[in-house]
Amino acid sequence: MNLAETPFEFVTVSYLTRIGNQSAGTLAELLTGLEHCSDASIFHHTFQTLGSHHFLTEGFSNDFAQWALSDTNRNDLAEQLAALDIRDYVSIAALRSDLCRVVGDYCAAYPHFASQSALERFYFCESVEVTAPLGRNARTLDEFREGIEHLSHSGFYFHFISSRLRLQLQTNDFSHWLADGLGLKSLADSVNQIDIYTNTLDSTRAKLLRLIDRERRRA
Amino acid sequence: MSETLALSRIPLDEYAELLGAGEIEELRALAKPLRGRSIEMINSTAVGGGVAEILNRLVPLAEELELNIKWDVMMGGEDFFEVTKSFHNALHGAPYHASPKDIEIFLAYNERNRATLPLDAEFVVIHDLQPAGLIETRQAGANHWVWRCHIDLSHPNRAVWDFLEKFVSRYDGAMFSSPDFSRQLPIPQYLFYPAIDPLSEKNCALEPQFISQVLARYRIDPQRAILTQISRFDRLKDPIGVIRAYRIVKRYFDCQLVLAGGSASDDPEGAVVLKEVLREADSDPDIKVLELPAWAPLEVNALQRASTVVIQKSLREGFGLTVSEALWKKKPVVASAVGGIPVQIIHKHTGLLAHSVEGTAYQIRFLLSHPEIAAKLGEHGHQHVKENFLITQKLKRYLTLFLTLARGS
Repeated sequence: MNLAETPFEFVTVSYLTRIGNQSAGTLAELLTGLEHCSDASIFHHTFQTLGSHHFLTEGFSNDFAQWALSDTNRNDLAEQLAALDIRDYVSIAALRSDLCRVVGDYCAAYPHFASQSALERFYFCESVEVTAPLGRNARTLDEFREGIEHLSHSGFYFHFISSRLRLQLQTNDFSHWLADGLGLKSLADSVNQIDIYTNTLDSTRAKLLRLIDRERRRA
Repeated sequence: MSETLALSRIPLDEYAELLGAGEIEELRALAKPLRGRSIEMINSTAVGGGVAEILNRLVPLAEELELNIKWDVMMGGEDFFEVTKSFHNALHGAPYHASPKDIEIFLAYNERNRATLPLDAEFVVIHDLQPAGLIETRQAGANHWVWRCHIDLSHPNRAVWDFLEKFVSRYDGAMFSSPDFSRQLPIPQYLFYPAIDPLSEKNCALEPQFISQVLARYRIDPQRAILTQISRFDRLKDPIGVIRAYRIVKRYFDCQLVLAGGSASDDPEGAVVLKEVLREADSDPDIKVLELPAWAPLEVNALQRASTVVIQKSLREGFGLTVSEALWKKKPVVASAVGGIPVQIIHKHTGLLAHSVEGTAYQIRFLLSHPEIAAKLGEHGHQHVKENFLITQKLKRYLTLFLTLARGS
């Protein structure tokens, strides 16, 4: 069995939601907010919300899309915002740019909708992140499997979803270590392909464990 | 002087059975750097009310994580609580003019409590407006003070808020139940949800036989659809609107309506509303208006679990934790988009929001017509509560706050 030189260290994360001073009551104000809010706010309403709403696998992608749908009744805009896939981004700046482009284009195309009042205001919030080591690490695939099996939702989210920004790569902590630590490139790629938008954190974990088990049988 | 508080102790491991061992391991990992560090929670009542109920459960869990936590209750006379009740209503938007005497009473009791409460913990958490003035005792840089506001400050009486803001602005942070409830302040503001305890009598799993007994006691037919609203008899909960929505639904579905709330005997306004409700019900045998004893958690639990659809048609609301209680029981909920309800009901994902009697009736009819969608909303609602509105999540939020404050210093 492969033994990694550098162990995988399991960590968990917890977020405080900080209420910002910006809010939006129209799509035009949402655009202004998107242009000026902090990076922590963009992260909160896209990456972090995907983790905290992981159990919604139909039609929930990010807070901006949900607000466009439920509070401004703009289904077409909501669809475009929901289609932005955070796996395509390794920087908040690029994600912000695309969010502004989608909302900006919509406001330009439909100026009468841009100034229409929403049912409820959108409040820009920020995530304040605190991480904590779980005191567990893995050097082998078996130890890795056991660690994943016992990980909390937040820990799993930290390693599988928010890690993309930390690594600045289009991959996650698990795949990164499987490829670099254990040399299991093919397994790493398969893990990275699990769709986090159509799976819950639990079903993502189950798929990941099945992929690991298949690799163990092969070995 | 603080009162001696009887705390409700449920070991963390019992929550692991519901939430998974990983979630409890995570709490222990977050708490590790805080072991032995002192925390003081201060509110104004040891029993009754949501804050005391939450602290009663939260403090023992924090103790199990080896935090040096204590809960003190500030002392006040009738005059003090009369003034703070007026302040409370004014912060909710009621007209009120605070006299110099009212201000004097508020300040005098806060000063008296500053002399008797320790207030020397590393983290001091002040709950609501009554003890807000305790901050005056704080020495710069000595410890961390945060203010937890449990009420809706979205449309406060200006004069009362201006008075309180002078105190609130001196804290290191303030916590609100919804972004909508917050104010423009020079200090960081955090989102802190109220929480339910999944192991409390109001939310724990029940034997089907017990649920049947409760239904039989109140002559509710388990074979027909049951629509339920649990709330005190208060116009802001719009029980009349609920009956009107039920009447629309009744044209299409054979159903019953249960309106259950605490006894109105010691609440003059509640008694008036109860009469109005009975008049509107007009002796309809399928409308059950139940005056439950002051504390009947198991009955409330059973009625929620027996419901086909749970309604919360409030006109105004604080957070509306009865919504989370119903969602935890995997019930489809139709509720008004007011107060903290939209935080709990993500429209079409964890329940359905409505803005009128007709809208409420339509959403109920939709759920009765599509039980598979109702079941899915209930399932998602349960997950949403599990991730956000349980006492263990609240504990995690506090740990994260303390770690953030400590990091900042």
